Amino acid sequence: MVVTCHTLHVGGFNCLSVRSLFVSDFLRSYLTVAIFGGVAVALVGVLLGLGSFLRPSKPNATKNMAYESGVDPVGDMWSQSNIRYYVFALLFVLFDVEAVFIFPWAQRLETYGYFGLVEMAIFIFILVLGLAYAWRKGMLKWV
Amino acid sequence: MISSVLAVELAYWQQTTLRVIGGLVAILLPAGGLVYVYLFKMMSFMQSRLGPMEAGPYGSMQLLAEVGKFLQKEDIIPTKADRFVFLGAPFVVLLSTFLLLLVVPFGPDAWFVDLDTGIYFAMAVSSISVIGILMAGWGSSSKYSLLGGIRAAGQLIAYELPMILAVLGVVIQAGTLNMNEIVFAQANGEIFGWGGIGNPYIITQFVGFMLFLVAIQAELTQPPFDMPVAESELVAGYMTEYSGLRFLLFFIGEFATAGVFSAIAAVLFLGGWYVPFLAPEHNLYNVLGPLVLMAKIFGVAGLIFWFRFTYPRFREDQLQRLAWKFLIPIALVNIVATGVLKVVF
Repeated sequence: MVVTCHTLHVGGFNCLSVRSLFVSDFLRSYLTVAIFGGVAVALVGVLLGLGSFLRPSKPNATKNMAYESGVDPVGDMWSQSNIRYYVFALLFVLFDVEAVFIFPWAQRLETYGYFGLVEMAIFIFILVLGLAYAWRKGMLKWV
Repeated sequence: MISSVLAVELAYWQQTTLRVIGGLVAILLPAGGLVYVYLFKMMSFMQSRLGPMEAGPYGSMQLLAEVGKFLQKEDIIPTKADRFVFLGAPFVVLLSTFLLLLVVPFGPDAWFVDLDTGIYFAMAVSSISVIGILMAGWGSSSKYSLLGGIRAAGQLIAYELPMILAVLGVVIQAGTLNMNEIVFAQANGEIFGWGGIGNPYIITQFVGFMLFLVAIQAELTQPPFDMPVAESELVAGYMTEYSGLRFLLFFIGEFATAGVFSAIAAVLFLGGWYVPFLAPEHNLYNVLGPLVLMAKIFGVAGLIFWFRFTYPRFREDQLQRLAWKFLIPIALVNIVATGVLKVVF
């Protein structure tokens, strides 16, 4: 969208920079986030690239073997692992989704007053019930 | 950022260039400083030795020497490794650290990105590093790496919850997610009607501060929470197969993240760039603010590293028990208590 210069006072940015394309402050800040992400990836890439000029490269079969305390690795590395981790992952998803709900409430608590307080108390109570259930069932125990 | 200090108008790309340079300094300077002051020197003095003394005055150039050494090391990629995943892991870990830094304000106008979702964004991107660590553990095709990676994932997700819930107390008090507004809320706050030093949330949210410190200690996989990289059990955990520069990248990532988490703790609980007896609207803060925040970063990081050098390692079951049976219930009680106090008073 082309807009004229004098209609633009977006967050004190120079008019020249946004002449041809109107970008809201909101999207612009996420553009900055994307640029920073690109810089992070580029920094790692440059560092590794720089190293490739300086380091030796003499691969051999023994050196490139996976480390297993000095003996030849036995069996397949990508084996099945213990199921105990999966219960914690499920619990984590549960609680993380709940934390997402609490954030907007926490920000606007002053406006909601007692109503919001009672609502959230009920919400957290139900959640604690869930945690207590998992606890009672022995899911929080490391078996 | 710079524009309001020098009263010049800068185009978007100029501002962004300055911010990127500032961001690189803000992430590498504390990381290097923490390694030298705490890992090299404080740890050595605590163990009755001198630490590095040869490179530069009091060994202060040791870190540069280390980088030079790592640059010359051979890059070994295991034959059986999942190449793409193995090589991508350090990128993901450092990406998470960089994005985490973005929302930290260094002064009233000296910010990188002024997101309205501030701290929420930080919590979201901090969990990207779990993916990087799982990638490293899985891609290495080594048993030690796989065990370390899974342990790390289990630990990081368990301690992310106390961290998020501890932050919620601050959000309730400040009534905003924006990091800079949280600083202003602390600067303009009052303790029982006395606004002399503002209201740093470490006083009213002390429980939250302690929860946050414990949680970031675990998020950094530092002792006493260092089971994922426990050298006596798992060699180096998910980093076992990484050599030379790629190992150094994980190492930098760990200490840069320590610096950034300290900065977030400083902003949330210690008033960020604000110092008492100087109004937060003062223009001086655009120069003074970064220095004040840096001092607070080193203060919080000092605590973190003190714990690191002092406590022995937890067992894996103790770790999960601490998170699920102690920290999370305490954090939930803290949220409800803060909410009640906020509404009633």
